[in-house]
Amino acid sequence: MAHKLLTLAWVFALLSILAVGGGTAVLPEMQKLTVTQYHWVTDQQFRDIYSLGQVAPGPNMLMVLVIGYRLAGAAGAAVVGFAFFLPDCILTLFANRMWMRYKDSLWRNAIQRGMAPIAIGLMLSGTYALARLSIHNLVGLAVAAATLAVLMWRRVNPVLLISAGGLIYLVCFTRLAQGR
Amino acid sequence: MDAAAASRARASLGAIFKVFLTAGAISFGGGVIAYLRQYLVAANGWLDDDDFLDALEISETLPGLNSVNMSVIVGDRMRGTIGAAVAVAGLMLPGICVMMTLGVLWERQRHNAEINGFLVGVAAAAVGLLLTVTLQLGHKQFVRPLDLIVMAAIFIAVSLFKVSLIWVLLVAGPIAVWLYRPRGPVETAERFVHLRDRLHSHRAHWRH
Repeated sequence: MAHKLLTLAWVFALLSILAVGGGTAVLPEMQKLTVTQYHWVTDQQFRDIYSLGQVAPGPNMLMVLVIGYRLAGAAGAAVVGFAFFLPDCILTLFANRMWMRYKDSLWRNAIQRGMAPIAIGLMLSGTYALARLSIHNLVGLAVAAATLAVLMWRRVNPVLLISAGGLIYLVCFTRLAQGR
Repeated sequence: MDAAAASRARASLGAIFKVFLTAGAISFGGGVIAYLRQYLVAANGWLDDDDFLDALEISETLPGLNSVNMSVIVGDRMRGTIGAAVAVAGLMLPGICVMMTLGVLWERQRHNAEINGFLVGVAAAAVGLLLTVTLQLGHKQFVRPLDLIVMAAIFIAVSLFKVSLIWVLLVAGPIAVWLYRPRGPVETAERFVHLRDRLHSHRAHWRH
């Protein structure tokens, strides 16, 4: 048990430090480590836990708590929560203070401009990883495309679209199951 | 500046906690930033807009979630380390409660076909949401050729060749920063384009 908690802490602390570009950017690596390497969850469970994070308020990467809970109960959730969020908080606290001191440094601009396309590229990879897990048919594709189109068109609270997507898929899915 | 500093001193830990707790309770899918801007800049004047945008840029560059990094920076600027801790605790508390409840319920119900169908649809809709957020965040990068090349290289390395994220960051990070270094190729090219445009506008001016 202690060994499992230690492994959970190490893996999620590593993911925390690697999360350049945020939660979406680190999604493929998280999937690789938790599914392929450690077999803590299956691909389907990983996708479903991610979806739970979308329905909950606040940062959606709180999904990692459920992975910890699955593996080692409440202690697992606590360990994963601290491991995934604390290193970044400490890093940000000190890096921000240093950043302020070098406010006018030309290198600061170079770092921001250089890291930006990397972060965006990683976010595209994260989006692609989630698409591979969740879009298996035309209904899924239509739900994703419609969400993109509505959000590009106007400001809507994303949770409404997310819930609508879930309900549409649910209705189509049960209809299909009954038709068979 | 003095006015901002004075009102910053007035932000009590309780008030900071309340603002971030509300942000954590009502924002979904990347709405945290917009909410914080509304409350910290517009409603309470705890930060000015430049400070806020500066903090946002730093949050996006550093590893970690934007909303969490943003809470750390803003809390720290208002009340130091303890302010940062209070802000993060407020932001995460509602989500932690809901997430754990959903997690426990899901553990019991995960073979329910209807719940599974719903969650697949949520994930599919999230793909559309993530793509929107990525396109909006990268609107500057998507029109610069060099940025597009870096982005494509990263995507191909991670998604097609499954290169480990550590190696991607260790290799691509220094290269990208070096390309954008002060007085480096990108900056020189941009300065050249800028000078050329100015020259053209002068010429047009002289012709008239």
